[in-house]
Amino acid sequence: MEERNLTCISCPMGCPLTVVLNDQEVVSVSGNTCKRGDIYARKEVTNPTRIVTTTVRVEDGSADMVSVKTKEDVPKGKIFECVEALKNVTVKAPVHIGDVIVSNVAGTGVDIVATKNVK
Amino acid sequence: MKQYDIVIIGGGPAGLAAAVSAKKSGVDSILILERDKELGGILNQCIHNGFGLHTFKEELTGPEYAGRFIDQAEELQIEYKLNTMVMDIRADKVVTAMNSADGLFEIQAKAIVLAMGCRERSRGALNIPGYRPSGIFSAGTAQRLVNMEGYLPGREVVILGSGDIGLIMARRMTFEGAKVKVVAELMPYSGGLKRNIVQCLDDYGIPLKLSHTVVDIKGKERVEGVTLAEVDSKGKPIPGTEEYYSCDTLLLSVGLIPENELSGGMGVEMNPVTSGPKVNESLETNIEGVFACGNVLHVHDLVDFVSEEAAAAGKNAAAYVKAGAEKRKGGKEIMLKAVDGVRYTVPVAINPERMEETVTVRFRVGNVYKNCYICVYLGEERVLHRKRQIMAPGEMEEIKLTKEQLLQYADLKEITVKIEEA
Repeated sequence: MEERNLTCISCPMGCPLTVVLNDQEVVSVSGNTCKRGDIYARKEVTNPTRIVTTTVRVEDGSADMVSVKTKEDVPKGKIFECVEALKNVTVKAPVHIGDVIVSNVAGTGVDIVATKNVK
Repeated sequence: MKQYDIVIIGGGPAGLAAAVSAKKSGVDSILILERDKELGGILNQCIHNGFGLHTFKEELTGPEYAGRFIDQAEELQIEYKLNTMVMDIRADKVVTAMNSADGLFEIQAKAIVLAMGCRERSRGALNIPGYRPSGIFSAGTAQRLVNMEGYLPGREVVILGSGDIGLIMARRMTFEGAKVKVVAELMPYSGGLKRNIVQCLDDYGIPLKLSHTVVDIKGKERVEGVTLAEVDSKGKPIPGTEEYYSCDTLLLSVGLIPENELSGGMGVEMNPVTSGPKVNESLETNIEGVFACGNVLHVHDLVDFVSEEAAAAGKNAAAYVKAGAEKRKGGKEIMLKAVDGVRYTVPVAINPERMEETVTVRFRVGNVYKNCYICVYLGEERVLHRKRQIMAPGEMEEIKLTKEQLLQYADLKEITVKIEEA
């Protein structure tokens, strides 16, 4: 049995959650004061994911940087690999919101897309 | 002198939403004046996601959220001037502005929407002793340097203040290879959203020290380190609790102040609690035909509510232009009173005759309240008693009042909003 402590982010209450795990199985969630805490805790201990947002350099554009994001959530453990994969990426202007900058970033199956227009 | 029906000061989220809404309400002659080189305001540097859940029912990044409104403004062919600094606004609605293409120029407006946003509190406002070395940035300045200009302000970072921008920058600097050693917060609670504490600090093992502040900054040319100390309940450092952190950068995320020099200059009455204009139910200031919305009115947590508020201001400005001042007279204003934990309300007065079917009253509480009630009294009678599991200063609250409800009270003089315990 493993115990994990989390803070619920579903509302400003920030309930301190305790999740008991038995090998990857969630045995119990406690500390939550509503259902959302339960759902959050189960996802967060079994499959935590995040949208990663960062920037890449732009050549010949109206701005030096363009903001980008993972088009969908990626596993939390892959965040730094995603950031690392973008370290030396440079794009040529113009760039449009939604343009794919890197496909299948860090083997996640998720594309990196631009989130800003640069002329 | 050029003339426009509505001149909007600021092309950030508030200005854009006000412009779009005013245009849709049937006013064609609209001009947005923006001092930056592009529309979108602060959203352009807020590259993280989490914007737009209320407005668009999806999570967008700041530039994407701004992009949606910029597209709408372009489609509606709303005029705007970039790189344009507004120098002065007179009470008779003459706007003086300048840019390098037109020089200094004046515009006569029928209505004005103030949408200048806010700025960050600086080191000078905090009275931190020590030299003035380089390496001390406001969190928003660092955000602009990293996200828009491509510079890393430093490698070893201490952050003072746990406002949302500071938390977001803790993660951002970590992504860029910097080591964020600690976030210190003077108050016993964080001013930032829970979600940001978990996803920007906890995810990366960055400690948050509540009831702590910076008592010394070491370094003459460049920051070499800072000393933190715990503070007592009055915010005074407790001797013996000092702890030294070596670092080359100190980021300050210690609050936002509405940017109201122009408003003050034209004689707009201010609310000392919000540092923003006092407005009525139409988001109109004491100068008729001058409206305010977004962070210049009061600092928001969510841009979605800025857009909503600004859309109302734009609509009201359009109604003012179309009807003329005379037609909007009549009825009388009922004052709102914020007491017992409620720090302020926006608006500060409501004219039931003039209001739409409902009016949204936004406010903040002064402390963390658990299992308490938001109460509204019309005169002596309590008309709302809504339980809230938790309320915190960092989260704006809102209630709605209806015209029908207010018109039932013939001699209503005061609406009281307060927090009551169970």
